[in-house]
Amino acid sequence: MTPTDLTIAQARDLLAKGEISSMELVEAHIDAMESNRELNAYITETPEKALAMAQDSDARRAKGEGNGLLEGIPVAIKDLFCTADTLTTAGSHILDGFKPFYESTVTTNMWREGAVMLGKTNLDEFAMGSSNLTSYHGPAINPWKARGDNRSRVPGGSSGGSASAVAGRLALGATGTDTGGSIRQPAAFTGTVGIKPTYGRCSRWGIVAFASSLDQAGPMTRSVRDAAIMLRAMAGHDPKDSTSADVAVPDFEAGLDKGVKGMTIGIPKEYRSDAMAPEIEALWQQGIKWLEEQGARTVEISLPHTKYALPAYYIVAPAEASSNLSRYDGVKYGLRVEADDLLSMYEKTRAAGFGDEVKRRILIGTYVLSAGYYDAYYLKAQKVRTRIAEDFRHVFGHVDAILTPATPSAAFPVDEPPSDPVEMYLLDTFTVPVNLAGLPGMVVPAGLSGAGLPLGLQVIGKAFDEETVLRVGRAIEQAADFDGRPEGY
Amino acid sequence: MANTIEGATGTWEYVIGLEVHAQIISNSKLFSGASTEFGSEPNTQVSPVDAGMPGMLPVINMTCIEQAVKTGLAIEGTINRYSVFDRKNYFYPDLPQGYQISQFKQPIVSEGRLVIEMEDGSEKVIGIERLHVEQDAGKSLHDQDPGHSYVDLNRSGVGLMEIVSKPDLRSPEEAAAYVRKLRSILRYVETCDGNMQDGSMRVDANVSMRRPGEEYGTRCEIKNLNSVRFMSRALEYEALRQVDILEAGGKVAQETRLFDVGRGETRSMRSKEEAHDYRYFPDPDLLPLRLEQELINGIAASMPELPDAKRHRFMADFGLSPYDASVLVAEKENADFYEAVAEGRDKKLAANWLISELFGLLNKAGKGIEDSPVSAPALGELLDLISDDTISGRTAKEIFAEMFETGKAAGVIVEEKGLKQVTDTGAIEAVIDEVMARETQKVEEYRSGKDKLFGFFVGQVMKASGGKANPKMVNEVLKTKLDG
Repeated sequence: MTPTDLTIAQARDLLAKGEISSMELVEAHIDAMESNRELNAYITETPEKALAMAQDSDARRAKGEGNGLLEGIPVAIKDLFCTADTLTTAGSHILDGFKPFYESTVTTNMWREGAVMLGKTNLDEFAMGSSNLTSYHGPAINPWKARGDNRSRVPGGSSGGSASAVAGRLALGATGTDTGGSIRQPAAFTGTVGIKPTYGRCSRWGIVAFASSLDQAGPMTRSVRDAAIMLRAMAGHDPKDSTSADVAVPDFEAGLDKGVKGMTIGIPKEYRSDAMAPEIEALWQQGIKWLEEQGARTVEISLPHTKYALPAYYIVAPAEASSNLSRYDGVKYGLRVEADDLLSMYEKTRAAGFGDEVKRRILIGTYVLSAGYYDAYYLKAQKVRTRIAEDFRHVFGHVDAILTPATPSAAFPVDEPPSDPVEMYLLDTFTVPVNLAGLPGMVVPAGLSGAGLPLGLQVIGKAFDEETVLRVGRAIEQAADFDGRPEGY
Repeated sequence: MANTIEGATGTWEYVIGLEVHAQIISNSKLFSGASTEFGSEPNTQVSPVDAGMPGMLPVINMTCIEQAVKTGLAIEGTINRYSVFDRKNYFYPDLPQGYQISQFKQPIVSEGRLVIEMEDGSEKVIGIERLHVEQDAGKSLHDQDPGHSYVDLNRSGVGLMEIVSKPDLRSPEEAAAYVRKLRSILRYVETCDGNMQDGSMRVDANVSMRRPGEEYGTRCEIKNLNSVRFMSRALEYEALRQVDILEAGGKVAQETRLFDVGRGETRSMRSKEEAHDYRYFPDPDLLPLRLEQELINGIAASMPELPDAKRHRFMADFGLSPYDASVLVAEKENADFYEAVAEGRDKKLAANWLISELFGLLNKAGKGIEDSPVSAPALGELLDLISDDTISGRTAKEIFAEMFETGKAAGVIVEEKGLKQVTDTGAIEAVIDEVMARETQKVEEYRSGKDKLFGFFVGQVMKASGGKANPKMVNEVLKTKLDG
């Protein structure tokens, strides 16, 4: 098996047995990165850093040290995580040349566990998008193509580069962040596994903020087991993030194969609509059947406020973003467009530095927080958010997990994106409520569309019960027996 | 200066409310671990949080919160066990995050009060609307380079308390008394050093004019007043400006104004239309602040005696006048000094000596009590020498001046200069006999009814004794001899 084709778990076991070195793993990945640049998965490749880290890891192992969870494993980092002395762009022009002198908590945790950084992956600008089309550095490309159709497809977004890198065998795993579906939707589009953990599970310190009350980091991998391994390495309480939860991080991998026998899985009726594509509906039914076959009981549940989730999200997230992005003003770092006076400098810098989607959300956010509109929009959206969280809390009194489709459709061609922004926003219909409620949600590849493109199912769990989510995900993975290998990769 | 202004069309009354920004005494900033030390090289006291670097997050410094609670208790406010930090959004180069973290709808303290004392001894209760905690901005430096402005972020993120009074103040004097009293309280509880020159305490004044008893008029806000004197001058100027507008039949425009110290006038900074829409919303990076009752109780239990309580104690227990008590308690250091001197001694005598002698000399020398060349025990020793008749009060003043000058002890000066008071009856009689023998004419006049000459003889005797004769004894013996 070629080194780039291994799962993290397989690589870990081979490394432990001395059958492969971190250096060999990294070299294979550097080669793959070089020969697959058309995927535009990485904004910045860091081969020298990767080789040095691999060398260190092999040296540690030679000394009998190096028993980290990700010891010697080459991974990719979404370019939203600040990495010390390495260009960090957030996919935006406005952070031109920005090299932080600090390292995010999540990546610090991963390096402590022995992981090796291959580079920084492409993303929608400031994580705002569901296609990776809003990146200043050009779109990342999905390694998957439809049958008999050579058009390039989007990998989803915003963690599109991470998804492309993992699906395209350019990293064994990658970090993502998920504010409304930015890990799960690209995972679904690329046939990979992505978990957005409970809000507060991973520290946000050092991650460029989009919407602070929704942002959460998580792993993107090629198997559920890998997601479990990587999540454990990323997570943990961080006193530097006031919203980080002081909750112990379990060994997520340990209970992975305990199965779903005796579990009750909720099937939310509000996620079903007449507009749903038949193959999505079919996939969902298939998922229900798989779980039932393995001994789970499925029940229809109601999450009555679901239809308000997307509108509420598109008030709360832009509101927070409009404030979070105020710091990009040309004064301190990144891009500055010189002008005769301060106000013009601000205007020119921000006009040149931000793309259309980011500007759109700043405008929406500024509007909904304005005097006279705050109560009608922001405050009302917060009330909706409370109701949505209550909906989930209520059903989790009698179900262990919830199963839904991941996306309303499969990946679309880069050249034929949805025609208007709202249609694009609808891609996150199934994922957004989970962020609003702060719950863990995972997408697992479950099959191919009629056109041969990957489709995923989403498992939603109780707060801080990622273990159950992973177990259910593992059950689906086993039943689906998905060959997560795009042609040519 | 009165509470009112007599205009051409009648009487106008001040309505003033003050917002005082007080820098919290703490080693590190409100939301970062960076130092708060004042006067350091620019941009040396800055963490990535204070610089608004991407991905940085604020963490509440509980020391600042405890200081705010302490202050809230000192102004008899309600401590809110649940409060919320909000973002106040606006663009400015010295505001690196693009927003200030403040408290908007749910402040940590609400509904306090403070008693001010006026010069005539009257007291007035001033309501305090709220106290909230917020972070300071950095400082723009425009004088470093002809073509560029620079920004110093040392102050960025330092914790401030904004203390907002109700519009209860009715004159610049009341406003001044309020600021002085608040400053005194802050210094007593050690939550702000009250240093207005360094900007640790700044005042925004809201002022409007009205006919006495009528509704409030439109107010203007005068920003960033950094001394009590400037505040009073700004208020007086602004009152006249508004009265002129109102009497001419005009309307005062609600706006923010700046006080130009050089010209002694206020001028418009921005109108209501130009006012920022700060788009406040709860900071999603911070959870709401919840305080345990035990924490509040613990702080309450550790509160020092506050100026009002001390003032009443000085009046009730020591018999001091309201004025003397006010003067002594205004600065905690003065009050402590006073109590050290007064301990076991005549309380009023001690008060008089501090207020009329020590404070006078300190003022002249431009020194604070902490730099006084005469320590409390040294002054006590001097007072003891007066009380046991070793020296007269007048001699004591001379000795005190020398003590202040040289730092020598009172006893040493008395010894060196032989200033010990003469209390020996024989010696005093001898001096009196000598004076009477010399002034036979005057003695005759006195004895024939010119009583007023008694003072003349006292003077002559004191002079002849080199000022050392005990005045009380001189009086007694002289009376006997003259009348004899």
